[in-house]
Amino acid sequence: MSEIKKIALDGFWKQNPGVVQLLGLCPTLAVTTSMINGLSLGIATAIVMAVSNASVSPIRKFIPTEIRVPVFILIIASLVTIIDFSIHAFIQPLYKALGIFIPLIVTNCIVLARVESFAAKNETTSSFFDGLFMGLGLAMVLTLLGGFRELFGKGTLLSGIDLILGPSASNLVIHFFGDYHGFLLAILPPGAFIGLACLIALKNRIETR
Amino acid sequence: MFKDHLKKISSTAIAMIIFSLVASAALSSFYFITKSPIDESDAKAKRIFLNQVIPADLYDNNLVKDTISVEPTPLLGNKRNIDIYRAKKNNQVIAVIIETVAPDGYSGEIKTLVGIDQEEKILGVRVITHKETPGLGDYIEIDKSQWIKNFDLKSLDKISEKKWAVKKDGGDFDYISGATITPRAIIKSTYKCLLYAKENKKRLFTS
Repeated sequence: MSEIKKIALDGFWKQNPGVVQLLGLCPTLAVTTSMINGLSLGIATAIVMAVSNASVSPIRKFIPTEIRVPVFILIIASLVTIIDFSIHAFIQPLYKALGIFIPLIVTNCIVLARVESFAAKNETTSSFFDGLFMGLGLAMVLTLLGGFRELFGKGTLLSGIDLILGPSASNLVIHFFGDYHGFLLAILPPGAFIGLACLIALKNRIETR
Repeated sequence: MFKDHLKKISSTAIAMIIFSLVASAALSSFYFITKSPIDESDAKAKRIFLNQVIPADLYDNNLVKDTISVEPTPLLGNKRNIDIYRAKKNNQVIAVIIETVAPDGYSGEIKTLVGIDQEEKILGVRVITHKETPGLGDYIEIDKSQWIKNFDLKSLDKISEKKWAVKKDGGDFDYISGATITPRAIIKSTYKCLLYAKENKKRLFTS
């Protein structure tokens, strides 16, 4: 139990993929224009990471060391494609919103990094939790960053929630300012870098206290 | 020595082949499981989208299936064959939906659907894809602003050629200052789409 606790602490704080390992920046920077986008891609990534870690770990002894990276990529790519199919088939609006970024989870270094550095060396249960918590740690950063960018850029939070929960959820969207014309920088790519830098600074600040 | 190497290499290769086979099997079975739901949800999304351009109560045919294919033409800006959807009531074509490409958006092409009825009036215009600046040029999307509804019920007879422009250029159309290239592109492409419908009226509206 304490081992899983330690894994969770690593994923969410000590080794957080988004603000400490700085892996998987491609989606971190590209998708986080709104909170819902960040959260959904984060959760999709967490699922991929948990499942790929859990499927690599039990067969790790059968994978020859020389070809382990191609095999890992093969497994990750297949899982991502399966998730991509499923989202396309059953949650069409979300598919439209996340579009190209779901297949891009394959190229997200954090997935391969956890498989290579954790799942290839550890038991199945702890590998599964490592993938899950690392993924959720990344999802947390994506959600925070998306939230900040959306708040400053558009003056709203949770816009696009109706894509996931259906049209009736659109009144959950929070509008903070009545007549807000938007702060373009926050939505554009530089805003993502600045926002991420602020998050890293904030984390380091809390750490040094 | 050589034999040892060969053995090692072949066992590695076999492992790789087995992994590839398992992965391919998993992928193809998932492809077949999800194929029909994907087709269905694509068609549904398309139908919802088309209904924004032509209201569903105006027609009684299966809009998604009833199409004519059109070769590339400069008036529509299409580079490949595109489908024109025909809305019919009692087997009479009452309106068409034409996909139009505006090549001169602020950053690349803007694709729109233009619904035109048999009196050559615009029923509705919607943007399918664009790469305009988020938060600035994206007010052409119906989710962001009502601007695109400016086109509703406009026609070549009602507005002279010169008035198919933003107000800044002496035309009839509103725009948001700081983002005039985007509406200019759409106004131009919609105008050309109406010209196309006029020139090809027989082909489009004969059932």
